Amino acid sequence: MDFTLSILALPLLSFLTLALAGKFMSHKAAGITGTATLTAVTVLAYATAAIYFGAGRTAEGIFATITPFNIEWLPLGDTLSIDLGIMLDPISVMMLIVISTVSLMVHIYSLGYMKGERGFQRYYTFLSLFTFSMLGLVVATNIFQMYIFWELVGVSSYLLIGFYYTKPAAIAASKKAFIVTRFADLFFLIGILIYGYYTGTFTFAPQESALIAASGVLPTALGLMFVGGAGKSAMFPLHIWLPDAMEGPTPVSALIHAATMVVAGVYLVARMFPLFVEYAPDVLHIIAYAGAFTALYAAVVACVQTDIKRVLAFSTISQIAFMMVALGVCTSADPHNGGLGYMASMFHLFTHAMFKGLLFLGAGAIIHSVHSNEKMYMGGLRRYMPITHITFLIACLAIAGIPPFSGFFSKDEILAACYAYSNATGLFMSFVAALTAFYMFRLYYLIFWGKSHYEEQKALYDAGRTTHKPHKPHEAPATMTVPLIILAAISCVAGFIPFGRFISSNGTAYAIHIDKSVAATSIALAVGAIFLATLMYKSGNSRITRGLNSSLRELMSAAYNRFYIDDLWLFVTKKVIFNCISRPIAWFDRKFIDGTLDKLAAGTQKAATFIRPVQSGNVQSYSVWFLSGALIIILVLIYLA
Amino acid sequence: MNYIQFFHMRPEASLLGFFLIIFLYDLIYTGRSRRYFHPLVCVAMLLHTVICFRDTSEYTLFEGMYHSNAMIVFVKAMLAFGSAIVVMQAHRWLRITTTYYKQGEFYILLLSTLVGMYFMISARHFLLLFVGIELASLPMACMVAFDKYRHHSAEAGIKYILTSMFASAVMLYGISFLYGTTGSLYYNEVREGLTASPMQIYALVMFFAGLGFKISLVPFHLWTADSYEGAPTAVTAYLSVISKGAAAFTLFIVLTTVFAPMIEQWQTILYITTVASITIANLFAMKQRNIKRFMAFSSISQAGYIVLAMIGGTAQGMSAMVYYVLVYIFANLAVFGVIGAVEHNIKNEVRRETLDGFYKSNPKLAFLTTLALFSLAGIPPFAGFFSKFFVFMSAFGAGFKVLVFIALINTVISLYYYLLIVKAMYINRNDTPVPPFKCSIITRASLAICLIGIISLGICSFVYGGINSISFGM
Repeated sequence: MDFTLSILALPLLSFLTLALAGKFMSHKAAGITGTATLTAVTVLAYATAAIYFGAGRTAEGIFATITPFNIEWLPLGDTLSIDLGIMLDPISVMMLIVISTVSLMVHIYSLGYMKGERGFQRYYTFLSLFTFSMLGLVVATNIFQMYIFWELVGVSSYLLIGFYYTKPAAIAASKKAFIVTRFADLFFLIGILIYGYYTGTFTFAPQESALIAASGVLPTALGLMFVGGAGKSAMFPLHIWLPDAMEGPTPVSALIHAATMVVAGVYLVARMFPLFVEYAPDVLHIIAYAGAFTALYAAVVACVQTDIKRVLAFSTISQIAFMMVALGVCTSADPHNGGLGYMASMFHLFTHAMFKGLLFLGAGAIIHSVHSNEKMYMGGLRRYMPITHITFLIACLAIAGIPPFSGFFSKDEILAACYAYSNATGLFMSFVAALTAFYMFRLYYLIFWGKSHYEEQKALYDAGRTTHKPHKPHEAPATMTVPLIILAAISCVAGFIPFGRFISSNGTAYAIHIDKSVAATSIALAVGAIFLATLMYKSGNSRITRGLNSSLRELMSAAYNRFYIDDLWLFVTKKVIFNCISRPIAWFDRKFIDGTLDKLAAGTQKAATFIRPVQSGNVQSYSVWFLSGALIIILVLIYLA
Repeated sequence: MNYIQFFHMRPEASLLGFFLIIFLYDLIYTGRSRRYFHPLVCVAMLLHTVICFRDTSEYTLFEGMYHSNAMIVFVKAMLAFGSAIVVMQAHRWLRITTTYYKQGEFYILLLSTLVGMYFMISARHFLLLFVGIELASLPMACMVAFDKYRHHSAEAGIKYILTSMFASAVMLYGISFLYGTTGSLYYNEVREGLTASPMQIYALVMFFAGLGFKISLVPFHLWTADSYEGAPTAVTAYLSVISKGAAAFTLFIVLTTVFAPMIEQWQTILYITTVASITIANLFAMKQRNIKRFMAFSSISQAGYIVLAMIGGTAQGMSAMVYYVLVYIFANLAVFGVIGAVEHNIKNEVRRETLDGFYKSNPKLAFLTTLALFSLAGIPPFAGFFSKFFVFMSAFGAGFKVLVFIALINTVISLYYYLLIVKAMYINRNDTPVPPFKCSIITRASLAICLIGIISLGICSFVYGGINSISFGM
């Protein structure tokens, strides 16, 4: 499996080529370089998966973890060292597939979407860097390598969010994303250091004896690591950066802020899952509660947003929270009982990456066509953009959990795992799932049904009441529609993948079975929610909507403002931290530290002026100094030393 | 007497050969053919550097008066190479009418001092050492006063010769004490007779004062600023690196081979003079506005770091010192090369204000000066950082932790005044900056050599490795 190294090397090479020579390349050449590399990477990733899963199971009935490449990069102690390498196990291979597929789709899609943009080469440079970092993250052989690539992912996300660097909102968003995730990463790093210090290794599977010795601090270490994961995966209250990150180009949102980077936190928890289950089950359950709350919160906010990308962003937060909940409700029992959530979480990660990528790319096609993110400029687009319409609908059905689309299967497993944990959790999550169906179809109807903004404007223009000739919406070019169709196809069939045969909490194979009562409830809820959304939004401004709007005004405006969480953060940082901590420290620094140094410098200057007369220019006095200097040294040597 | 011994003194023999060729050229060729004089000397000096390296085996000649080994040959070649750079940089100065007709004298004086330094280094007998020192000092006075119609130069010359005589007298007095107490002038025999009696302490300090004058260590440094300021810039450059380097190496050899039994005493002397040199020179340097005067104090401070490497007397200390001097040659000569070029173009002395806005008019020279000053201040990744690092490491290894700490604090102060010049060049505004100019090809070549040295010496670790493999200590 030595070729797996080129899965990492190729995007890196592409990044270096584009970074160094991109300026001299045409847009087309740069785009093709990036896309061709990614195609090769995708082929290699699929080959890796075929060989890995094709090799069969070991005698214990699990897929062996193999390390085709590993070097000791920085030895720190007898046992402790930072290694760089490639590790293949079921979840990392699954992630390879997800990342390479979505990334390839985004690369192709961007050829059309970013056509003619300034900095096209730079865009592909950053995409290559991101792909490299993300792949490096998932194949990491140890937690520290993961951290290194984790930060690289953060940097490339920062660069891509701020791609339109002339737009102040984009700059602010990129800074916000970087600072918030970096803040969370600090906890991650502390967690890693505690882990390394007490277990004596950075690998994912330390010696049993070391783990037992470290069992006292493991919950703390793992909890801190989860904070880092919560930052990247936008868990409440660290989610604030993700909606703003939508300022980046839409394909980037699809790749980074929907399918790959934001699930890094879920992947991290899954990676440390054996330790969580064994040594910190309480932390795991806290993760479940945090996830459940985030899922509800984001779903409620998503119901009232008007910017279509923001709706999708909150939907992403909510769906990732689903995965976190699924991991959090696990117990150490066998996969059929306690460990079901682990498989469900990974399954949902996989299907979600495909349909959420599809939703974002579809949104991109719409934005490309009407030149706005706001719903008021949309409506009635189904006639103008048939392919986008159909693929978007498929994705909506998938996320709403309607069979036979992929989201139904994975979400059903998650709900089953929740019910297995406790009925309350199950009911709670079923409600959030229904909300999901509601806000997705609200979005769907607002975009594709109702009165067409174009037709209204055209009528005004024809009547001579406006001089602004409206644009006619048009279907996206083939470079953009082909990825949509491919992802839609995957979303249709991915649910039938026997996921349990590949991934399960203890590694052994097991067959997925649909829990009939759970499935029936969730389908009924989803259909009901869709029906409600149809009533309210299909024909534009219905009576129900108006009635709801007036009776729930307070709640809706709070939800529209995301329950003022962003303002709370601003208050905490700007008012509390800046005033109570930063200012006193700055004052101390200026007055005491700088002051002392200034005094010292002034003293030095004074001394310099004081000794000046010695250098008089008089040779006789020079001789006197010469001799007296020698004499003083002699006296020192004879009488003092 | 075995005449073959003369041929083993390869560096001296080749230098004398070139000396004669240049002397004859000066006498025979007049008029137009003198155009080739300067290039010829440059080539001869570089050739001489190469010849030095031809034979690096160990010799002890003339009944043990003369000693040579790989390290000594390396130091001689290093000094010759530095002198070659100085001559290259003097190109413009040697072509102005007041010096053009007497340039031959300049070369001959310079080569004489270089021969003197060679004997200083190779001597294993105090008489030969003294002859070498005098040979290095007397022509130097002529060089300092070379622009004799310029008031400052003549003044500098007289100050140099007077102080030099005074220092020589003191040193000779010290050597006579040594002879009186041990009955010999051979290094190895003097060493056996040393008991650290008060008389010998007198001798040690007086001898030290004589060489301390040449290295310009505080308190034997007072001539430095006046002579450096008044001397022609090429001579100042020569004084500040070549003369200083040779004297420092000689001091190291004498201290470790002769005064080894009195190590405690000379470590104390070094301790006092190092602290005094670095600190006092730094305090003076902050206040200087004339660049050459400023560089004089900078060089006193650098001398402190050079002798700091000696304090352990170990082989590691010697490699640190030689490496330090090598790096110092390139950095200091780069600064003096630029100063000389500016001086030649504005026909006036260079002050710090003169360099205001220098970057705007002459970006390349300003950049080179900045790198050289960074190297002098010891900022990574330039060679000066590594050389300072090795010096501190050797002194630290010898157990002088407090001393290293004092030296470290002084590096911070030195950074302040070096940056003042960088600030003047890059930040200070000036309506009438130095007009843009082009140096002659030879000067540019010499500056390029310095630039390569500043950048590459730090990165190419084999240079230090090579020096380390041939160094010797107590």
